[in-house]
Amino acid sequence: MKFLRMRPGHGEQLIAEGDPEVAEDAERLVAEFRRQLDQGMWAAVPVTSEAGRREAELVRTFGDIPSATDRVIFFPRAAGGGV
Amino acid sequence: MTVALCVTAIVVIALLSEITWPYVDRRLDHRRARREARRLGVVGPYDPGRERRAEQRARELLRSCVNDEEWGMYRDLGFIRVWGGQGVPADAARDLRGVPYAYLVYPHKPIVAYLPQTGQLLNEYCVEFPDETRPFGSARLPDSDDVLAKWMALKGDERRLIAEANLHLPGRQIDPKQVQRDIWRLGRWERERLERPAADPGTPSPPPARHDNP
Repeated sequence: MKFLRMRPGHGEQLIAEGDPEVAEDAERLVAEFRRQLDQGMWAAVPVTSEAGRREAELVRTFGDIPSATDRVIFFPRAAGGGV
Repeated sequence: MTVALCVTAIVVIALLSEITWPYVDRRLDHRRARREARRLGVVGPYDPGRERRAEQRARELLRSCVNDEEWGMYRDLGFIRVWGGQGVPADAARDLRGVPYAYLVYPHKPIVAYLPQTGQLLNEYCVEFPDETRPFGSARLPDSDDVLAKWMALKGDERRLIAEANLHLPGRQIDPKQVQRDIWRLGRWERERLERPAADPGTPSPPPARHDNP
């Protein structure tokens, strides 16, 4: 599983990678997941529906990440703009 | 006479400095921050190709996440249409009485909600995804990342995104005529797409059509 983060002036950056089935990796991934959310990021998981459509899920905890997911994308949380 | 001119000049200079000093102060702060960041190795020297490379990476990520139809839409028209109410309970959408609605997602512009059946514009949702870590001095994501963030947020939790956005009537930031034109272009694009044989996934992708920012 890869954790990607959108960055201004950079595009996405790989911030963590590991196999959640391996305890050591899972611990590192959980810590990174929490760190990103603490920094105000939203986490999204690209998924494919049963009908074959590409969709996305926003996840709030590491446990919400679907097991078959190969990447989680972090991006800055939404804020109202253009006032 | 000379004294009067001198006094006038001093007053003018004083007034001008009052106006320009905050700007100069901001510029100096910004410069100091950049110098400090560079000293710490956070920011590299200015690279004119950085934004372009960032956008290229963002486009690849967008393409890997959205449906082929949506990618084609963005590539050819410069925006993506996302159907609304997909993850919303039926009773929550009762205001529209089951009428399908959709959003037009532009890079770094408000999301526009409209009724595809009639073309009626409903609202503008002004939303940003500012990265306050400002790794290169800007909080602004590349265009395609901005579109992908909106797409994922609408798909993943439409109500949460809409709750965070500033709601305005159509026309606040995007010219309604332009949106109507985009809806017309989208309709024509879809008709042409249906008439075409199966899409060739290997077709090279030119940059998306651009709109001037408001």
